[in-house]
Parts: sequence; C-alpha cells; structure tokens
Amino acid sequence: MSLNVSDLCIARGGLPVLEGVSFILRPGGALILRGPNGIGKTTLLRSIAGLQPPLGGEVRGGEDRIAYSAHSDGLKSALTVTENLQFWASVFGTRSIEAALAAYDLTALHDRPAGTLSAGQKRRLGLSRMLVTGRPIWVMDEPTVSLDQASVALFAAAVQAHLASGGLALIATHIDLGLAADVLDLGPYRAKPLALDDFDGAFL
Amino acid sequence: MSIWEYANPRKFLQSSERVMPVLWLSSGVLISVGLIWGFFFTPDDYRQGSTVKIIFLHVPAALMAINAWFMMLVASLIWVVRRHHVSALAAKAAAPVGIVMTLIALATGAIWGQPMWGTWWAWDPRLTSFLVLFLFYLGYIALWEAIDNPDTAADLTAILCLVGTVFAVLSRYAVNFWNQGLHQGASLSLDEKENVADAFSNPLYVCMAGFALFFLALVFYRTGTEIRARRIKALLARQRQEA
Amino acid sequence: MMALLIRDLRLAVRAGGGFGLGLAFFLIVTVLVPFAVGPQSDLLARIAPGVLWLGALLSCLLSLDRLLALDWEDGSLDLLATAPLPLEAVISIKALAHWITTGLPLVLAAPLLGVLLNLPLDGYRWLVVSLLLGTPALSVIGTFGAALTVGLKRGGLLLSLLVMPLYVPTLIFGAEAARRGAMGMGVETPLLMLAGISAGVIALMPFASAAVLRINLR
Repeated sequence: MSLNVSDLCIARGGLPVLEGVSFILRPGGALILRGPNGIGKTTLLRSIAGLQPPLGGEVRGGEDRIAYSAHSDGLKSALTVTENLQFWASVFGTRSIEAALAAYDLTALHDRPAGTLSAGQKRRLGLSRMLVTGRPIWVMDEPTVSLDQASVALFAAAVQAHLASGGLALIATHIDLGLAADVLDLGPYRAKPLALDDFDGAFL
Repeated sequence: MSIWEYANPRKFLQSSERVMPVLWLSSGVLISVGLIWGFFFTPDDYRQGSTVKIIFLHVPAALMAINAWFMMLVASLIWVVRRHHVSALAAKAAAPVGIVMTLIALATGAIWGQPMWGTWWAWDPRLTSFLVLFLFYLGYIALWEAIDNPDTAADLTAILCLVGTVFAVLSRYAVNFWNQGLHQGASLSLDEKENVADAFSNPLYVCMAGFALFFLALVFYRTGTEIRARRIKALLARQRQEA
Repeated sequence: MMALLIRDLRLAVRAGGGFGLGLAFFLIVTVLVPFAVGPQSDLLARIAPGVLWLGALLSCLLSLDRLLALDWEDGSLDLLATAPLPLEAVISIKALAHWITTGLPLVLAAPLLGVLLNLPLDGYRWLVVSLLLGTPALSVIGTFGAALTVGLKRGGLLLSLLVMPLYVPTLIFGAEAARRGAMGMGVETPLLMLAGISAGVIALMPFASAAVLRINLR
C-alpha cells in the first residue's frame, strides 16, 4: 500500500509554513526532502507521522504503518544498548534484535550503557530502532547527523534492504545516500502570507 | 442569523463596543442604587446590627466569583468543540475578574466574620471552598501565562478548566464533610424560610444585577483587549516570516 | 505495556534515577515537624496522621516533574506517541510506575515514621490502609499535572501550583480516615469516599492526561 499525501498545508507556531504539498510514495520507493533551514521539513514529517494535525489536506495510508525517527533518539543513558533496543522491540511486538544490532555494527557494544556511547554510536543505535519496529514506512528527520562515512554507508544499506523488501522511506537529508530515490524540493511549497484584511476565525 | 457570527473577532469587537457603554452605565447605576439603598435605607438587623449591610458587597461578589468560573467552563467547552478563538480569549479574560471577585468575597467575609464570630478567619466549609476556588483560579491564570503558543495555551487551559471544575465540586463536598461550619445558611434560596428578610433582599437583588452587568462589561472589555493583543502577536509573527 | 513498566522501574533504580529521594524527603519532613511544633507527645500524637499524609503528598509532588520531563527531553515521548500503544495506556503505565517507585515506599515507610510522632496504636492500620487507597490517586492526578507542564522550562513550580488544588479532596478524605482511625472512631465513610475518588480518577484521568500530552506534543 502506498503513502498518499495530498494538498497538505502545515503550520508551525500558528503560522502556515508549507502549503499544497502532494506526493505519492509507492512500496519500494524512497523520497528525499530538501529545502533550506526553517522551511518546515521537521514540521512536515511530524504531520505525516501523525504527531501534529495539519491545517489542511490529508495523509492516507499512514495509520499504524509509520516508524518515525526524530532529531533525538529517545535513548536512556542508564540502560544498555540491548535494553534500549529490546524495549522498542517489545513495544512494537518484535522478537529479535540481533539483526538490527548487526545491521548497524552494534553487536560488539551490546552491553555498554547508552550513556557511554559516542554521538555517532548513539545515532546508530537510534537508527537501528527503525529495524525492530517492523513497520513499512520509515519517516526520518536528518538521520545522518553525526554519522561518519562508514556509518552512512551502513545506513544507506539498511534503507536499501528495507526498500528491496517492499518498504517505503521518506527522508529529510542533505547528504547523497546513493539511493535511487526521488527528490522533492520544498522551496516552491512555501506558504504565501494570507491577505492582511483576513480577520475572521483565526488571526492570520 | 446565527449566534456563532459573534465568534468572528471583528464582529465581536464591533458589537461589544456598541453594547459596552450601556453595560458600564447600567451596572454603575444599579450598583450605586443598590448600595445606597442597602446601606442607608434598610433597618439594622436585630442581632447583627449594621454589620449585616456588608452583605450587599459580599453576596454579589461571591455569586460572580462562582459564575465567572462557570462562564469560563462554558467558554472552554465552546473552544474545545467549535474552536472559536474569541471563546478561548473570553475564558482567559474572565479569569482575572473571577479571582478578584473571589478575593472581594473572602475579604468582605473576613470583615463581616470578625464582629460576628469573633475571628477574621475560620475553616468553615464555605470560606474554605472559596479559598480552594481561589487556588484554582491562580493555577488557571498561571498556566495561561506560562505557555507561549496561544492555541496550545487555550487547549491546555480549557482541559484544566474542565478537570478543575470536577475537582472543585468534589472539594466542595469534601470540605462539607470535613467541617460542619459557622457560616449562616444561604442568603437567598427558593426555600422561603431560609431567606433574609424582604427589606434586605430587594436591594440585594439590585446589587446582584449590577455586579452581573459589571462583570459582563469587564469581560467584554478584557476580551477586546485580548483579541487586539492576539492580533498584534499575529502581525509581528507574520512580519518575522516575511523578513 | 509490560516492557514500558519494566523500563521505567529499571530506570528508577539505576544510577541517577532518583529512587529513594521521595522517601528521604518524607523522612526529613517528618523529623522537622517536632522541631517546628514542639516535642509534646500528646500534641504530636494528635497531628501525626495529618502530618504523615501531608508529608506523603509532598514527597509525591516532589518527584512529579521527572515523571514525563525526562522522556520529553530525550525524545522518547514522540516515539512512544507514534508506537502501537495508545497514549492513554502509556500515561497509565507511567502513573503506575510512579506509584510503585514513590507511592508504595511511602505507604510502607509511614508506620515507621508514625513511631517518631507517637501515633496511637489504633492508628497504624488505618494510616496504612488510607495511604494505600489514596496514593494511587495522588500519582494519577500528578501525572495529569506533569502532562500539562511537560513542554515548559522550569515547569516544576507551576506543576505544584496546578496539582495541589486537585489534591484537596484526596487529602481531606485520606487524612480524615487516618485521623478517625487514630482516635478510634468509625472510618468507613471517609475510606469509601477515598476509594471512590481513587477508582474514579484511575478510570477517567488518563484520558485527560493523554489529551493534554497530545496537545503538548504538537
């Protein structure tokens, strides 16, 4: 089943930032979001993940099928790598975390407390969470921040494998991952300011 | 024509500006008439002497303290269900008026209680309930002030108002159970036997009507201010966006 | 759901989890009371149930601002909100974890502190029973307050301001039951009211808390 986003209009802090965003993402396909800082990439991804109601338009095919990855990884520094990942695996009803650990080269670190990991290692652990969700649509916000080149390659391979098994991926990033993905530049969708005399209901 | 048309901020401002002079004037006249009538043209109570006359401030203020919360509850419900911004702002505007009414009721109660019960304060159920109501107002206002995003603030305070109402009612019963109290029975009720004498009740009704209109005028005025403040905030945000 | 409960309990007992802080606070408050009101044992015996209830309430309040704020800061709440668990369940589990790590130890410690305050012999049973019935309500109501203030910096003081009026009925019935128990009077009515409040709050409050949390996550 594909992810249909049609005519989405989203606001940040009460102000419309993007309008008319439409795309269709089919199984096996990936879409890279581009755009300058502040254009609303994060807000768009949060809306698609269902954390934030859009001002207008709709997202179809996303209910309970999206795994969302944000800027912060939701790691607990007092828990070990295994405990952190095992928690998310149980929440999403997945049994084994071995494959996820292996995919991001974390097996050797498995009993280290997450607080002792480096920033890149933490990010890898955060990304490995996507693998234990078992959900088909990955919505990821700047996943490659603080990753070195080898880790970026691991990430690209994980996404590649996910797509090959019929998954979907929606990624906001500035790095070229070497994926056969469409690129959507958000620049043209910047919301136009409303007419100044529009003074009903809302205030802008 | 639907009543919801007044939920449009501009329409609300236009109509409230027409109504407000009438409200200010009539509430001023009613409160003056009621207080002068009550203070100078009613007999002294045979037990309480002239101290009883503080009733003309105490009871209307107490009534409006509760009604203001009730108005906030209704406005919050309208905001939650229909998402009219004016409704949320009216709830915000009513809260400071309500808390001042609560304070007036508490202060006049203390002044009245001193000669009657020989103490400024007693942990009587009614007094205690008003003190708790005061705390609820305090929390509600503090939450409005603490949150930056006006829509988030409106949503959160609306839910706090709904939950707070349930707990305020619960507290009322809990406090009744906890202490039986000194306070006299209701000053006005449908049960004739409990009522204050007619000589007192007529000016009291006038005062209550005056306070109600005064409350309405204040809420209209403050809602207008809140709408304008919100408008300024929106314009500034828009300016930032364009820059 | 078990996974979330186990994670929260594990986090509470690991280093920096703050387990036992509430208990220590409870102890210190109780020890300070005789310094404030004087050492007369009959006076202490009379106020002991109320002091212990108030101490338990304040200790509970103290740990509330960590309840959701930590998960908010590290992004777990966002991820939990997109997980298959309904947010109402997440909130209830968090409240349960808070009760197990804060409320339950307070209930168990209260009789020991009762000795310090000369609590009459009859009072111990009803003190423990009333706390056992009342502390879950404190945790659940507190979770609502924590959800309201989760996005705010320095929300701790505001949290107390919002939650304390909501604690009034629970405190009144709980302390009343403990007081009547200590004085050898009938405790049925306040205990039933307390149980009613706890049951109602546990059943309904998670919906309000989850609604508030959803708004804050936007």
